[in-house]
Amino acid sequence: MPITQTHELHQRRFSRNLGLGAVLLAFVVLVFGLTVVKVNRGGMMEAYDHQPRASVLPVAPEAKQ
Amino acid sequence: MSDISYIDRSGEAQFGDFVALLKPRVMSLVVFTAFVGLVVAPMPVHPFVAFTAILFIALGGGASGALNMWYDADIDRLMRRTANRPIPAGRVSEGEALGFGLALAGISCVMLALASNIFAGAFLAFTIFFYVMVYTVWLKRRTPQNIVIGGAAGAFPPMIGWAVATGGISLESVAMFMIIFLWTPPHFWSLALFMKDDYSNAGVPMLTVTHGRRATRTQILIYALILAPVAVGAAFTSIGGPVYLAASLVLNALFIRGAWRLWRRDEDVALAEKYSAEKRYFYFSLLYLFGHFSALLVEKGLGIFGMGGW
Repeated sequence: MPITQTHELHQRRFSRNLGLGAVLLAFVVLVFGLTVVKVNRGGMMEAYDHQPRASVLPVAPEAKQ
Repeated sequence: MSDISYIDRSGEAQFGDFVALLKPRVMSLVVFTAFVGLVVAPMPVHPFVAFTAILFIALGGGASGALNMWYDADIDRLMRRTANRPIPAGRVSEGEALGFGLALAGISCVMLALASNIFAGAFLAFTIFFYVMVYTVWLKRRTPQNIVIGGAAGAFPPMIGWAVATGGISLESVAMFMIIFLWTPPHFWSLALFMKDDYSNAGVPMLTVTHGRRATRTQILIYALILAPVAVGAAFTSIGGPVYLAASLVLNALFIRGAWRLWRRDEDVALAEKYSAEKRYFYFSLLYLFGHFSALLVEKGLGIFGMGGW
């Protein structure tokens, strides 16, 4: 059911909703930024998964060149 | 809908009330000391990661502030200084503060662990636990040593900042911890000397109430004397240097001189002068801490030009 009447209450809550929206948006930006930084620096993206596999082995010094 | 009950409430929570639950002024100290701890660490941290880490350390500090206000709402109502906080003023309910604090605590620890390392995240969780459970719930209302123990919670942020960069603990981060830890008692007890009615009204066992004002003045001097060698000694760790040493010597000399004067002061004279010296000492103690951590930053900054440290 749509709200057809606005109450003074809605105005008072507006600033709170706006603030919460801004915080959530900032959080999204933050996580995205963090992702970009972490991917760019190419850290270890996969953790050990109880199954040995080549991609989690340390990189040999000669392969780093 | 159960929202009906909120409509008649005179002061409905605004966004600012939830911000006030985070104790922004305490947060500024957390941000500053955590920032210094992170910057002076030997490992460089990507600026964006550093920004995120400090943000979530601050949020974790804010979460413990909200949980502290949830638990202490009953005594906050009795003290003039705290009566206008969101819960005693009736703008935020106790349940809202509890939920808000718990949610932020969880988010901040997880995000700090993801942004930097697991150790830093766990350290932040421990700090929140320590402040809320050990200090607020367990000790604050039981022992006049509450300030001393509570000071430990406020002293962890630079160690967390250091842990973000290094993933561990070392002598330098413990030195930064000790400076804040030993600084907190004289800082808060000088506040208690001029806020005297409040704590006794609320029945919080402040040292001024339980052991008298004379004993409090003695304790301030004792802590100032113990603090000095620790603060000056930090100059000889890897984060110190001549600039820090000079700043620390001056600040500690003034800090001890101030404590000595407070100790010599007669209670009647203090009252007649409206506790002017006690207030000055309280504000100087803020400058003292700011000065030490700024000096550490200066050493790091000079280090970039090959001039910092020994």
